[in-house]
Amino acid sequence: MDHAVLYLTLTAIFGLFMAWGIGANDVANAMATSIGSKAITIRQALLIAAIFEFGGAVLAGGAVTSTIRKGIVDVSLFANDPTLLIYGMLASLLAAGLWLLIASRCGWPVSTTHSIVGAIVGFAAVGIGVDSVKWPSVAVIVLGWVLSPVVAGVVSYLIFSSVQKFILERRDPFAAARRLVPAYMFLAGFTISAVTLIEGFAHIGLPLTMMQSYTLAVAIGLAIAGLGAFFIRRIKIDPDSSRELHFGTIERLFGVLQVVTACSMAFAHGSNDVANAVGPIAAVVSTVANGVVGQSSQMSLWVLILGGAGIVVGLATFGRKVIATVGSGITALTPSRGFSAELAAATTIVVGSGIGMPVSTTQTLVGAILGVGLARGIAAIDLRVVRGILLSWFVTVPAGALLSMLMFYLIRLILG
Amino acid sequence: MAKTYFSGIFGRSPIKPLQEHMAKVVDCVRELKPFAEAILAGDWDSVNERRAAIITLEHEADAMKRELRLHLPSSLFMPVARADLLNLLQAQDSIANRTKDITGLMSGRRMVMPAPLHEPFLRQVQRSIDATEQAYRSVGELGELFETGFRGAEADLVESMIVELDEIESDTDTIQVELRKKLFPLEQDLPPVDVMFIYMVIEWIGDLADLCHGVGNALQLLLAR
Repeated sequence: MDHAVLYLTLTAIFGLFMAWGIGANDVANAMATSIGSKAITIRQALLIAAIFEFGGAVLAGGAVTSTIRKGIVDVSLFANDPTLLIYGMLASLLAAGLWLLIASRCGWPVSTTHSIVGAIVGFAAVGIGVDSVKWPSVAVIVLGWVLSPVVAGVVSYLIFSSVQKFILERRDPFAAARRLVPAYMFLAGFTISAVTLIEGFAHIGLPLTMMQSYTLAVAIGLAIAGLGAFFIRRIKIDPDSSRELHFGTIERLFGVLQVVTACSMAFAHGSNDVANAVGPIAAVVSTVANGVVGQSSQMSLWVLILGGAGIVVGLATFGRKVIATVGSGITALTPSRGFSAELAAATTIVVGSGIGMPVSTTQTLVGAILGVGLARGIAAIDLRVVRGILLSWFVTVPAGALLSMLMFYLIRLILG
Repeated sequence: MAKTYFSGIFGRSPIKPLQEHMAKVVDCVRELKPFAEAILAGDWDSVNERRAAIITLEHEADAMKRELRLHLPSSLFMPVARADLLNLLQAQDSIANRTKDITGLMSGRRMVMPAPLHEPFLRQVQRSIDATEQAYRSVGELGELFETGFRGAEADLVESMIVELDEIESDTDTIQVELRKKLFPLEQDLPPVDVMFIYMVIEWIGDLADLCHGVGNALQLLLAR
């Protein structure tokens, strides 16, 4: 193929830029609830995000990447002219990146996921034709966007209701919290690792049976719970807190729990959102490598590593500032609420990652926060803003699609 | 860089402003004690000074009430009904209003209390202040109530505080009866119009604890949803 090196270099640059943007901007929303409740410091958040975003991207990012690569557009139709697919993927990355830049400058709620999916649909529709878009898969993805906040909301409602019932309403809520917080930690560790392990580690050369997966997940859950129990034991009732039921101290117990759910959030975000940057790279790589459009070729691990690294670089450069800004706005969420929302959102997102469903982390988290609110857990939620965020893809998808059409023509004009 | 649309989903919590409003009301009612002492001493300069202080505090409470109302848009989703919240706010505010009315009437008419009424009158003022402080303490638990989700041990605690408030209120009823009883035999020796207004003041001061009781009721309604 002509210009193979050029194409590869360009996609890698655009993809890395996208990953950088995800790290710089998107991660903030995933980490903000833990910062706002002061469960972790910004430095800790950066460390957690760097490790777990990367881990999520590499260990569990494969399925969504493959959806972005070949699940939205019927790549076999590009067999006659594989360069079109390359142009299209380049255009999508550029369009999504550009839209995110514009929207975040204006303070609009946008999701990388919506932008990239809209962009890919956009170029496919003009590059080959409307028929080249796998509309049933797109419909499923859109359904996922509607369902993910709802599912996260229901789960967080249940989690927080259980916190109320078994801890907060008790005669001695401190003792109850001390007993039960490790159980929630187990739940967090177990669910996230179970979903990830069952999805499979085959791509890193570690195929596991179902039994092995579950055993390992239980072991991870227990290890996290044990570690948590150790830290919890060191928290004593603050004698200065004159309040009879010591809710201040109880929230500190939940703060330990929120460290775990913050890790889960970062992992979940990495596993789902890395695809938005590296899905197009993967498509171009396999096309260039095979000279034809690779329908079935195995996804290369290095692509995921590249994406994970890009996210970490984004975090390191701009992440601190954005996380601090977003986190300082979310002081209304105490650790008991924050953990409920995070655990629900992380679980929902990781399940999405497992089945190759690209979902929006922010929307899912907002759904989860709303769930806690419905359980009477949050003093005030502005439904207008919530509506704006949940319906943002009505704007983002067409915007991404239009921009990507434009970019597609431009790139074809320049390179073609 | 990115603006924080995400943090916009959290509206301003009404708890703090509500408690601050109640704190202002307590400040206002507390002023009633030096005011009453000045009235009984017949020190009219001091009476006017105290009355001015109470008016200022009442105005401040009013401003806080308006401010809170403005920041409760109907798009706000809260664990308590908006109407119940506004109801509680109104109940709190009426205590300051009544305090202002009392001082207006007494200072305006340069009211002279017959000596036998002095002691129970001061006692009544003190009990009214106690009632307001108890109401303030109950409202002070709102943060904890939001924390627990309005049920369980914390709700029981607030329940017991409201019971205590009721006890103070029935105390003031007793003192009110005592005041009337002591005024009655003195009636014929006093100018009739003055007597009429003394009865009125006795009634109004009794209202304070009733209004505090109303705050307790509003709080209970808030819990009951």
